[in-house]
Order: sequence, then C-alpha cells, then structure tokens
Amino acid sequence: MRQERTVYLHRWIRSELLLTFAALFLSATPTAAQQTRSNPESLIVPGEIGRTGGRIVVSLRAEPKTLNPLIATDAPSREVIGVMQADLVHIDRATQLTEPALAKSWRVSPDGLQYTLTLRKGLRFSDGKPLDADDVLFTIRACLDENVHATQRDLLIVGGKPITVRKVDAATVVFQLAKPYGAGERLFDGFAILPRHLLEKSYQDGKLAQSGALSTATNLWAGAGPYRLKDYTPGQKLVLERNPFYWKLDAKGNSLPYVDEVVFLFVPSADAQVLRFQSGETDLISRLGAENFSVLSRQAHGYTMTDAGPGLEYNFLFFNLNDLGEKVSPEIARKSKWFREVKFRQAVSAAIDRDAIVRLVYQGRGAALWGPVTPGNPRWVNTSIPHPARSLDHARSLLKEAGYSWKNGAAGDSELVDADGSAVEFSILTSSSNADRTKMAAIIQDDLKELGMHVQVVPLEFRSLIDRVSQTKEYDACLLGLASFDADPNSDINVWLSSGETHLWNPSQAHPATPWESEIDALMEQQLDTPGFAQRKKLYDRVQQILVDYQPMIFLASPDILTGAKNDIGNFHPSVLEPYVLWNVEQLYFRNEQARAAR
Amino acid sequence: MMERPKLVRWIIVLGLLHAIVACAGFLAPYDPIEQDRDRPYAPPMRVHVVDHGHFHVRPFFYQVHERQGSFGDFEEKKSTTFSLHFFVPGARYRLFGFVPSRLHLFGADGARLYVLGSDGLGRDQFSRILYGGQISLLSGLLGAGATLFFGAFIGTVAGFYGGWRDALLMRLAELFLALPWLYLLFALRAFLPLSVSPMKAFLLVITVLAAVGWARPARLVRGVVLNAKERDFVRAARGFGASDVYLLRRHVLPETRSVLLTQAAILVPQFVLAEMTLSFLGLGIPEPEPSWGNQLAALQQYSVLVSYWWIYLPALAIVPFFVGYQGLASALHVDAPTEKIEGRRGGDPS
Repeated sequence: MRQERTVYLHRWIRSELLLTFAALFLSATPTAAQQTRSNPESLIVPGEIGRTGGRIVVSLRAEPKTLNPLIATDAPSREVIGVMQADLVHIDRATQLTEPALAKSWRVSPDGLQYTLTLRKGLRFSDGKPLDADDVLFTIRACLDENVHATQRDLLIVGGKPITVRKVDAATVVFQLAKPYGAGERLFDGFAILPRHLLEKSYQDGKLAQSGALSTATNLWAGAGPYRLKDYTPGQKLVLERNPFYWKLDAKGNSLPYVDEVVFLFVPSADAQVLRFQSGETDLISRLGAENFSVLSRQAHGYTMTDAGPGLEYNFLFFNLNDLGEKVSPEIARKSKWFREVKFRQAVSAAIDRDAIVRLVYQGRGAALWGPVTPGNPRWVNTSIPHPARSLDHARSLLKEAGYSWKNGAAGDSELVDADGSAVEFSILTSSSNADRTKMAAIIQDDLKELGMHVQVVPLEFRSLIDRVSQTKEYDACLLGLASFDADPNSDINVWLSSGETHLWNPSQAHPATPWESEIDALMEQQLDTPGFAQRKKLYDRVQQILVDYQPMIFLASPDILTGAKNDIGNFHPSVLEPYVLWNVEQLYFRNEQARAAR
Repeated sequence: MMERPKLVRWIIVLGLLHAIVACAGFLAPYDPIEQDRDRPYAPPMRVHVVDHGHFHVRPFFYQVHERQGSFGDFEEKKSTTFSLHFFVPGARYRLFGFVPSRLHLFGADGARLYVLGSDGLGRDQFSRILYGGQISLLSGLLGAGATLFFGAFIGTVAGFYGGWRDALLMRLAELFLALPWLYLLFALRAFLPLSVSPMKAFLLVITVLAAVGWARPARLVRGVVLNAKERDFVRAARGFGASDVYLLRRHVLPETRSVLLTQAAILVPQFVLAEMTLSFLGLGIPEPEPSWGNQLAALQQYSVLVSYWWIYLPALAIVPFFVGYQGLASALHVDAPTEKIEGRRGGDPS
C-alpha cells in the first residue's frame, strides 16, 4: 500500500514537471508527458532513445473481427492484438530467439517436463489492476476449455495431454508437461495473459468467446501490451492510446511506449493502402507487393522503403494426391496416376524456371526455393539441399524413364503422352485475387508447354479454391502459398503431418498413405519432444530432404518482406516475422514532433 | 440518296479495320503467347535510320536491356544494330484460321522488336493487340449475329402471331432486360467445369452474350412486324389467300431489314465491350490467349496503372472500331426511311 502511494506521488510530480516543460517547448498534449516508473523490475530494452508524443497511423486490410486473443484468427485482429497484449516469454522478431517478457526468467527441469516461470514484480494491466499468477492460471484454463474453442488450444496439448499449471506464489507459476517439448519456451510466445478481473465473469457464464468485440467499452477491456483501447469508429478506424502501466523502459529509464496513439485505419485494398501511404496519411506500410514497392520507391519523398529480405512465406505447386476411391471417372484416375508418379513430379520441378518467377513476379525481390524453409529462416534451412538450375533435358529424361513419350500434336508442336498414349493435360488452380500467383501460374504453364504438357490456368475465388482443395478434392493441381508464423518447425507441423488439415496434397489422413509420409510423421513427432537445437535440426533437415526427394509440393519462391516508413520515425527495424513493422511499436518514435504537429 | 456515299465510306473504313485484324498473323511479327523473360514491361522501342551519324537506307533498331540490378528500367544497347526486314519468315500461324504460313510483314534476325512494348511476361504487345482483336471482334460479330437471329425470330413470332405468344414472349423479354446480367454471367461461370480450353471459353462467352442480349432487338422487331402486318397490301395479300410463310418472307420481314441493320451496327461494339468486360474480370478468354479485355486486366493493379502506359494501348485499339460502327449506324439510320418509302411503297410491286 505504502509503496503504491509513493509511486503515485512520484509519478504525479514527474508529470507536473514535464507538463510545464511540454507547454513551454513542445506544446504537446498533457498525456504525452513522460512517466518514469520506479519499478525496478521493468524490462530495459536497448535501442535509440526516442521522444514522446505523436500518433502513428497504419492501415489494416480489413476491420479486425475481435480484440479477444483466444478466438482471433484473421491477420488484422492478430496485428491489433499484438500491440494490446503481452506474453510470458517473447520471440524477438529481430533475432528470432526467445527473450523474457512478462516472465523475467524461467527455469527448465532436467527432464524437460517442468517450466518454472517467475513474473516481474509490479506488473499491471492497462487499466491499472495488478497482473499476477492468478491471471496466468486463468488464461491457461480458458485456453484449454473446449467450450471456448481457443485457437491456441492445440499448442497447449503436448504429448497428447494438456499442460497443467500450478501457482507457487503470486509471482511464480510452474507448467507441467506430459512430454518434453522440443521448441522449449517458444511455447509461451503468443499466449496473451488475460485480465481475470475483467473476464472471469463472462468465462463462468460461458460467454468468453463472445467478449472482446471492437465496440467493448474501454474500461471493460485491458491487456499488458504497450497500447490500450481508446476509440472505435465502425468501418473507419480503431484508435489505441499508450498504456501508462507498460513494463518496458528504454536505456535511459524512460517508460515506453513513446508514441501517444496508434491509429489503425481500415483500408480494404492493397492499392488503396499504397495511395494512403504515398499521400502521407499513414506512417508505416507493410505487406507490400514488389510492384507497389517499386512504385513507392521511385516516387519516394518524405519516406523510406525498406526491403527486409526473404520472409517465411513459401509458394508452391502441388498435385492432387488424394485417394479418390473406386468411383472416380477414368479420366481422373488417369490423371491421378501421373500425379502419383514421383518422376513426373520431379520432372515438373526440373522444368520450372524459378529464377524467372523471382524476376518477373517479385521483380527480383524474393528468393527461389527448392525446399520449404526460406532463406528468411537461416537457423533451420537445410543447406545441403541442392539448387539445380532449370533443366528441360533432365525433365525429359525423367519422363522417359517413367514411360512417357512424345508425339506430334495437332498444332504442329510435340505433345507429351503417357504409356497408354493419352495426352498429358491438366489444370492449375490459383487464387484470382492474388496477381502474383496468377503470374507464377502463367510462367509455369509456359515452362511445361516446352515439355509438351497442356496446362490450363484456372483462377478461382479464394474460398471456392480452398473448398476444392480441402473438401470436394476436385482439382488437378493448385498453386498456393503459406507463411509460417514462427521460425520454428512446429509452426508448420500441420502441413507436414499426414493427419494435418493443411497437409494440402492429401489432408487429414487416418493413416499415412505412403512410406515417406509416415517417415515425415515420425520425424516431426520426434523433433517435437527432442530438446536441443542440434538434434532437432538434424531431424528437420531430414524432413526437408524427404520433401525435396518426393516433391509432394514443388517449392517455387519466397517474396521479400517489403515495408516503408516515414523518414521521421525512429527505431524502425522491420523484421521478417509477423508483425513485420509493429513488433517494436513501443520503441517507435517521431524524431521531429514539431514538424508533425505543424502539418 | 444523298447519304449513300457516306454509308459506303463507313463500310470501307470498317472493312479495312477488320481486314487488318483478320490478317493479324501476317502483320504481327511474333507469336502472341511467346514469352521473353528478359524483357518484361519493355517500353515501345524506337526504329532508327541514323546510327552514330550514319544514315541507313534500311531502318534498324537497337536491342534493349534492363539496367543492372533494376526492374523495368531499360536502355538501348547501341553497340549492335538490328536491321528491320520486310516479308520475313518467322513464327508459324494460320492466316484466317486455315492457311498455314510463316511469312510476316516485318521482323529482324537475332532480336525482337517491340513496336508497342511488351507486357509483364515479355510478350509482344503489338502482336497481342492484333491477335486479341481477332477474338474480341469475332465475339462481337458472332454475339451480335446470334442476338439478332434470336431477337428477330422471337420478335417476329410475337408480333405476327400476337395473342398469348406475344404476351408470354414480351414478358420474358422484360424479365431479361431487368436481369442484372453481370451477376448472371458470374453465376454461369461458376457452374462451368474447371479447365475450359480457350476455344470453349470463347464460344461460351459468345453464347452467354447472345442469350442475355436478345430482348431489345426482339421488342424492336415485334413493333415493326405489328405495324407491317396491318398494312393494306399485307391485308390484301392475306385476302388473296397468301400463307403465313409467304407473307413473312415477302412482306413483313423485309420491313424489319433496316431496324436489324441499325441494331447490328449498334450491337457489335456493345458486344465487343461486353467481351472486354468479361475478360477484364477474368470470366472471358483465359490466359495466355490474348483478347483486348484480358490484356487490360493487368491495369487492375495500381502499380501497372502508374508505371507502364503502353499497357493502355488495347483500350485505344477499340476506338476506331467504335467510331466506325457509330458512323455506320447513324448513316444507316438516316438512310433507312427514304429507302423504305421509295423502295418499298413505290418501286417494288410486291
């Protein structure tokens, strides 16, 4: 109690002093006043020392669906939640390694089954109420509750059993795992600690999944992130203000964040976002296509465009390898036979000009891919995977070995025919809203024409494309991209496990359909509970090698993460992990507040 | 009679324009779907006659290269010149769809000349506009033809026989006029099999266009037929025992001729535009086959819109055709009444 009062007094004096200062020199709003907290356990972050004040405006592709971290699946919601919430242990977006967050330290038991986390002292939610072990327990309980349908639930089930949490004291919690977890404390990244005092009632009423609407009253929503809810205008914008109780300090002991407000504008199209940024309405931009990036770079005034290098998105072509049963038409059965032939897939891979894809689609701002791990994830990429140049001769010899031959087609060109003499023709689905992938498909179509394959490109609306791939399974081949959310193999585990829903070429199998798929299953399960990076790397290298050998996905290219920011924004260091530009939002600041106020 | 030369003039203009597109294979230097991956979005290249102060009798051009490390930033490499040759062999094509040939109006050895630039995959824009015109114009002509056929048929039946047939067909026509046809097309496309070959897609676009377009000409034809069948000479012929078929053929249908011709001149450009709209939205002719619509589809991207002006050129290509057809329509319109009164009433005894 006493301590609380001194903190308050201290803060009050500081505010008063700074208020005068601000009125004299900056004519900033009183809320911009700095507050140095006497909490000795605040996290001190390195970086340029910034100045307080101003507002950062960014655009979101769509209105976030929710502020509730448990049920958010859409990218805009995740982006907003990222600046409003905090987790126990955080993955640093720059180094891709874990760093202390709400937990100042953690200890792992020798058997790898017990994680003891110590929380910082004096932590508060953005409404000023304290954050302690009870909130952690509440969060984990809510995540594991089947009625809540939390998106993080799967991650909390390690070795088939849910993680259990025990409170030792107000600042110490122990997590008990059924099996060792390979990625270790990375587990705790992404678990926003929820305020029990605000949410317990709706949880007990079974309404937790409904809470967190954007229209929630500002005093009924809180988090431990750098910003808190201020104002929401449906269809237009969401305004967040700085959380005065945030637990990070800069190297000089000033409390973070620097910027008073973060405004998210809802701007539906990528092109409209570009225009807003160009006209100076927004301060930061990310998720840019290469073509828009070069448009912005060419006419840059007042802002700087940054190419952060290859991200974690991988684009690939895959064939329909589903077992379609007995009742399929002979035509589909024939196609299915081609697609199941490993040499056929290898030949397609050998014939694709990946360098042309990078150059024509990404204007050189990307990397050609031969495996699933992009150069944006240097720790996990298997460097022994060869990068063969395009070779039509190699492709032809593979096809010849598999019993294919060529004959003169109707149009005077040579036509590939299978062992039964029927011409090889199939269609590739792409998302009609993704100009990049449609262009990739056009390049592949032309590449495969040289092998004598007749390929149709079918742009479909994204939802009906996903429906065909995962539900009706009526397609030949499909071009898609996936972006890992973390630079760790576990983030893509649902893609590689044969039982996974995103095991796109043959999803949700009861038993692995092929020996190599079952080997991948075994390796992925094994790396899941192998502690130690070196061991896990060896296992995941093998997974990558199998994927390259059998080509269930023909990996094509990975685009660079392209971003831009106004020149007067300091500490701007885009990362290749999401959120690309707002990951260090608490450190962003305006170098020249006066210029900004005058505008 | 004064308007006759005007009509002829417009017909000559349109004939020439169509001939240019029909001879696309000969006039276009390259295969429209061939990609040149080193030269995406190359700007239109210049043809020179003076090289380092020396005058060349034969026009020539320089090959363009992307500046090192850039994208879409081309410069001429002046060390080598490529002479332009006329009537040269090149890519295979079929003139008018059936005469196989390799002869092209112009071309060069060892380098490609992009008169109107190249698109995002390095395909020759000039060749694509010519070939794309074939598809766009053909779908306009066929679509208008089919529409007029259905429209004339339905309008004649409705007008000539009247009664419940008239009521039914005209209500149906009103229904079709009220339909939001763009959404109808979206719905139709969704029902189609996945891989539609370019040829099938083309025929489908035309069918769809004709299926939704017949209502307006049908109503016009019905009006003319209603009017014509009440004329004295038609009544007289009927009194003399002429059959319905005879009446339609000799007296009623000829009356509709001017309406149909004017409609045709209006409908063709409308259908060209409809095809372009469909292809622009990705519902028409699929890539890689060119059509004016799918060439313009690249402009949906802001970056293309502000960076590469030559991608707009297919939109310019339609202008002379539209002017031609509009001129023809107005010439026909002015021409029609005089012809009807003098030709039908006085001159022709039938």
